[in-house]
Amino acid sequence: MIAQDLKSALEEVCPELQERETLDWPAFNCPIASLFELIKTLRDNHVFDSLVDATAIDNGTEASPRFTVVYHLFSSKNHNYVRIASDCQDDKNPTAPSLCSLFNSANWMERETYDLFGIRYEDHPDLRRILMWDEYPHHPLRKEFPLAGFEEELWDPEIAAETGTKVKPAPMAGGPFVARQSAFEGDREPIAKDESWNEADEKPE
Amino acid sequence: MPTDKAEYTAPDSGAKTAAAAQEFETEHLEMSMGPSHPSTHGVLRLNLELDGEIVKMCDPVLGYLHRGDEKIAENMTYNQFVPYTDRLDYLAPLANNAAYAMAVEKLANMEVPERCQAIRVVTSELARISAHLLGLGAYTMDVGALTVFMITFTEREKLYKLFEELTGARFTTSYTRIGGVTRDMPDGWMDRVLTFCEELLPLLDDVEALLTRNRIWFDRTADVGVISKEDAVSYGLTGPNLRGSGVDVDLRRDAPYSGYENYEFEVPLGENGDCYDRYAIRLEEMRQSVRIVRQAIDKMPDGPFYAEEATKIFAPNKGKILTSMEELIQNFMITTEGPDMPAGEVYFEAENPKGALGFYIVSKGGGVPYRLKIRGPSFNNLSILEKVCVGGMVSDIPAILGSLDFVMGECDR
Repeated sequence: MIAQDLKSALEEVCPELQERETLDWPAFNCPIASLFELIKTLRDNHVFDSLVDATAIDNGTEASPRFTVVYHLFSSKNHNYVRIASDCQDDKNPTAPSLCSLFNSANWMERETYDLFGIRYEDHPDLRRILMWDEYPHHPLRKEFPLAGFEEELWDPEIAAETGTKVKPAPMAGGPFVARQSAFEGDREPIAKDESWNEADEKPE
Repeated sequence: MPTDKAEYTAPDSGAKTAAAAQEFETEHLEMSMGPSHPSTHGVLRLNLELDGEIVKMCDPVLGYLHRGDEKIAENMTYNQFVPYTDRLDYLAPLANNAAYAMAVEKLANMEVPERCQAIRVVTSELARISAHLLGLGAYTMDVGALTVFMITFTEREKLYKLFEELTGARFTTSYTRIGGVTRDMPDGWMDRVLTFCEELLPLLDDVEALLTRNRIWFDRTADVGVISKEDAVSYGLTGPNLRGSGVDVDLRRDAPYSGYENYEFEVPLGENGDCYDRYAIRLEEMRQSVRIVRQAIDKMPDGPFYAEEATKIFAPNKGKILTSMEELIQNFMITTEGPDMPAGEVYFEAENPKGALGFYIVSKGGGVPYRLKIRGPSFNNLSILEKVCVGGMVSDIPAILGSLDFVMGECDR
């Protein structure tokens, strides 16, 4: 019921609004061009006064549209949530409108999404990496990024020159154990991802 | 809330110094506070720009404890991720375990038995007491009152003995599974919890006697780090920090889960949103937690402690695995493929000691989440630092950090 009322009210702002499949709270898909106006309406007219979560989904390296930005809004008066999702237009250089002018909490959450997915937020006042270091070249939550990570230069060139160290991929032998999703029964056994060395063969230097 | 703050006004030293500073042109100083400063409780770094003792700019630097939990979650089954939730808010692992399990159960659309719900309420509230004891002790220690720290740490140690008895581990408990908890409570454990509650209340009174009307405590915390109602909501603050600013939201009462609607408790609220209010709220919340624990133990239902009919989700009893073929197969399938989950999306938030810990799970079916986003309350609670520290003194920063009571494990994830 609430979802229907909300939908008819929001369609005035954004006619292309579609309901999104959900298992709990009302959820909507909207074109990215009207995302800002939609969330502004939710905040001003429907007392969703707090942006509790802003994140993104990578739909897979082959998929198009590849990136979807997802927002969860909470109403501190009615104590309910709503989920708004929007597909980014460009698969190579995804962008989304920044919500910093609506919610202060969007600032750090958008920085985090930029850091981990590489989605650029337009008009963000301070779009820097927040969890990884500034010089880091990858976006780790993209699906093509391996769990172990890549070998990279150290962030401090002085220490790197002195010690000769690099950022190394995590050693994966022995775990974490992964059950691959596959139709072939044999693939579903939990295996260690890197089996190039074990008790019998020593790890190559 | 016991306070006679109205009769007392704190000396506004920050404003006086600011007025004096306007008369002199001083060179701004850039200072790095942390990442291993004792009052940053872990590995937070603050890049400060100072004019004398006045903070002109504060830029928090995060990521020193980033472990990529969300990436790891995409590569393992739902049950395998439970130990990682211990390391989010590592001061209240039992509450994280329960929050994560409830999020996945929401995805699977399953009900857990009443006894399991009640056990989760008891453990979550004990975790809240333990987290607040540590948060309060460290907060007062940073501001200079060492005695409180000794009291709260002694009590916390008793709690960890109880946790060890229940789960086998003091710190990293991994107590829940999807669809239940790992084991039932041992004999006499509930009585020992009640004894602990009995001993805790007079000590909370002691803490209150030491702090609530303490002149030095007033000077350090009253009217320091004031967060307005609007700012608290807009910055996405949750938990005691939000209620400290007078916003009446508590998910245990407003969006009840795990049977919280069956218990009576009050939600303390602050008035001014300063560091003092946040202290008073944590103290009162511990008393309310004791109330909830007593009610839950009083009404503890009998029955199974895991959803027995959920054979495709919960690993069966260990004793049966070794004797019965059916359970052996079930255990093998759950271990190798993970529980059988429907496709879909859920978002669930639980009221944890630090605030609302949220899990957004995108499932495409099977035993591995496609995407799992963790919404750590400390992440949002810290984002207000760049506003609330500016204009205050450097010596206010430990008080503000202590009163925000953050933990970097769930902030950096």
